[in-house]
Amino acid sequence: MGDISAVFAEKKHTLLIAYLTLGYPSLEVSLQAVRLLEESGADIIELGIPFSDPLVDGATIQQASYQALQNGITPPKCLEALHSIREQVKIPLLFMSYYNPIYQYGPEKFCADSSGIGINGFIIPDLPPEESVLLEQAAKGHDLDMVYLVAPGTPQKRLEEIERRSSGFIYLVSVEGVTGTRQGLPGHLEEFVARVRKATSKPLCLGFGISTPYQVNQVAKDVDGVIVGSGIVELMGRNDWQRELSQYVRDLKSACNGGSAYAAG
Amino acid sequence: MAELAGIEGTIYLKREDLLHTGAHKINNAMGQALLARKMGKRRIVAETGAGQHGVAVAAACAVLDLDCIIYMGEEDMQRQAPNVSRIKLLGASIKAVQYGSRTLKEAVNEAFRHWVADVKDTHYLLGSAVGPHPFPVMVRDFQAVIGREVKEQILCEAGRLPDEIVACVGGGSNAIGIFYPFIPDEAVGLVGVEAGGIGMENGNHAASINAGKVGIFHGSRSNILQDNYGFIQSTHSISAGLDYPGVGPEHSHLKSTGRARYVTVEDEEALDAARFLSRTEGIIPALESAHALAYVLHGGFHKEREALPRKGLHSNETERIIVVNLSGRGDKDMGIIGEREGEG
Repeated sequence: MGDISAVFAEKKHTLLIAYLTLGYPSLEVSLQAVRLLEESGADIIELGIPFSDPLVDGATIQQASYQALQNGITPPKCLEALHSIREQVKIPLLFMSYYNPIYQYGPEKFCADSSGIGINGFIIPDLPPEESVLLEQAAKGHDLDMVYLVAPGTPQKRLEEIERRSSGFIYLVSVEGVTGTRQGLPGHLEEFVARVRKATSKPLCLGFGISTPYQVNQVAKDVDGVIVGSGIVELMGRNDWQRELSQYVRDLKSACNGGSAYAAG
Repeated sequence: MAELAGIEGTIYLKREDLLHTGAHKINNAMGQALLARKMGKRRIVAETGAGQHGVAVAAACAVLDLDCIIYMGEEDMQRQAPNVSRIKLLGASIKAVQYGSRTLKEAVNEAFRHWVADVKDTHYLLGSAVGPHPFPVMVRDFQAVIGREVKEQILCEAGRLPDEIVACVGGGSNAIGIFYPFIPDEAVGLVGVEAGGIGMENGNHAASINAGKVGIFHGSRSNILQDNYGFIQSTHSISAGLDYPGVGPEHSHLKSTGRARYVTVEDEEALDAARFLSRTEGIIPALESAHALAYVLHGGFHKEREALPRKGLHSNETERIIVVNLSGRGDKDMGIIGEREGEG
């Protein structure tokens, strides 16, 4: 269930990848949101396990992570809460977290437990491929994908190494910087995507700083998937989050499909 | 001082407090700033805890005509206010970090975030022997001048190598700098002194090596103060420069091989040592460096020494030689010391 490669192989349009921070505002709400994201059209979901020092995240996800930790969220609690997620959600699910919580949990046990509840892969932004052998081998043993990140400044040789090691898809970081909603889009995006495309036949997904349907529409034709995080997390703090989230994801999805309503901005 | 403290032997102070800007930090700041210029970077971003690194970086940037942005925790800005003024006077802009424990850990986080957003033009001038490769190695190499000078000077002065070298350890840059040239000299004992805060039992300290476990933080694998889930813990030390939950990976290594020992000294002991050095020698040390001094003065040296068989080159020598790295001067700490005097 939820094979990442299969989802890309069968795709008819650019995929929408949605991120949320587990435990913000509560684990119960996170689980409801996961179901709602699938219903509203998300193709893959990134489940953020909160960390005390989320280095690549901007203010929105930092705040959500802090709140989640205040709520007593831990990696074991996240896994426990998700134990029957596969009875509710079919699309691929990835864990996004930082390496130390996984290292303390034990890479092998973390992979076994993640795989056991139906998780399909990991995104660990502070774990470079040079240091990831331990987790990568454990992940392979449990049929879990390892998604590595490439930034516009990544040198060619390193890009080739990341390409070789990535499975599922390759995460293109649209901007040099941290996550968070931004106005507009960075320049040289097409050039960046083209450079990576030349080095790989694996699916490319673009994230960081993308939050509006207009932005999604602008980039959708160049990549295989678009990742939206902070825009979703911002809504999770609101009272009326269900209605707003559902509408927002539908709009993003429509923009992924090339919906012309957004082309003019 | 040694006599008054009842110590047999000679204590030498490595006077890094006499360096320009008042601490060993300038060794590394100047070195990296020159590299940044060489790489064609126009801007420097840095974190600072006690403010000594911030002042050193601001001075290096002033002289090399580089833009300079310093991140500092709000708590540290309050307790090290004189350094905030100095950083500003040197033409750097200073950004207050207002979340978490509002100390060094958060300042490092923010400096990293700034840097990745601006990596083409900006160099991150990390101030301690921590962070991702090559920072721990680079900082150690720039600070190793301390140890080289000690070696040359002590041979000249005493005619032999010291028995013990003692240095405070937060991230560990002054300690690795003074230790490094002596690592092959196995008869020389190396002692790192961590911040015991207000007590090791209650968790209010910053002793990563003594109380932390191995983890991955800020890009390196080392001893980290963390909870069972791998979340990084808040620390406490009276000394802002030691108030950090990690430690340079090379210290973690020296601990595991047994080449260096790591001990702890609490806030009050460090304050006492600062007062003692001030009154006996007329030198006001930084509270960071006072931790190293306190270990020697409070007899930790004697007690452990008796338990350990003497070995090596100097077993027949009667007079022991101890070198304490006086890594910085204490002007910045007048507010804290004054407050405590008031309480006393």
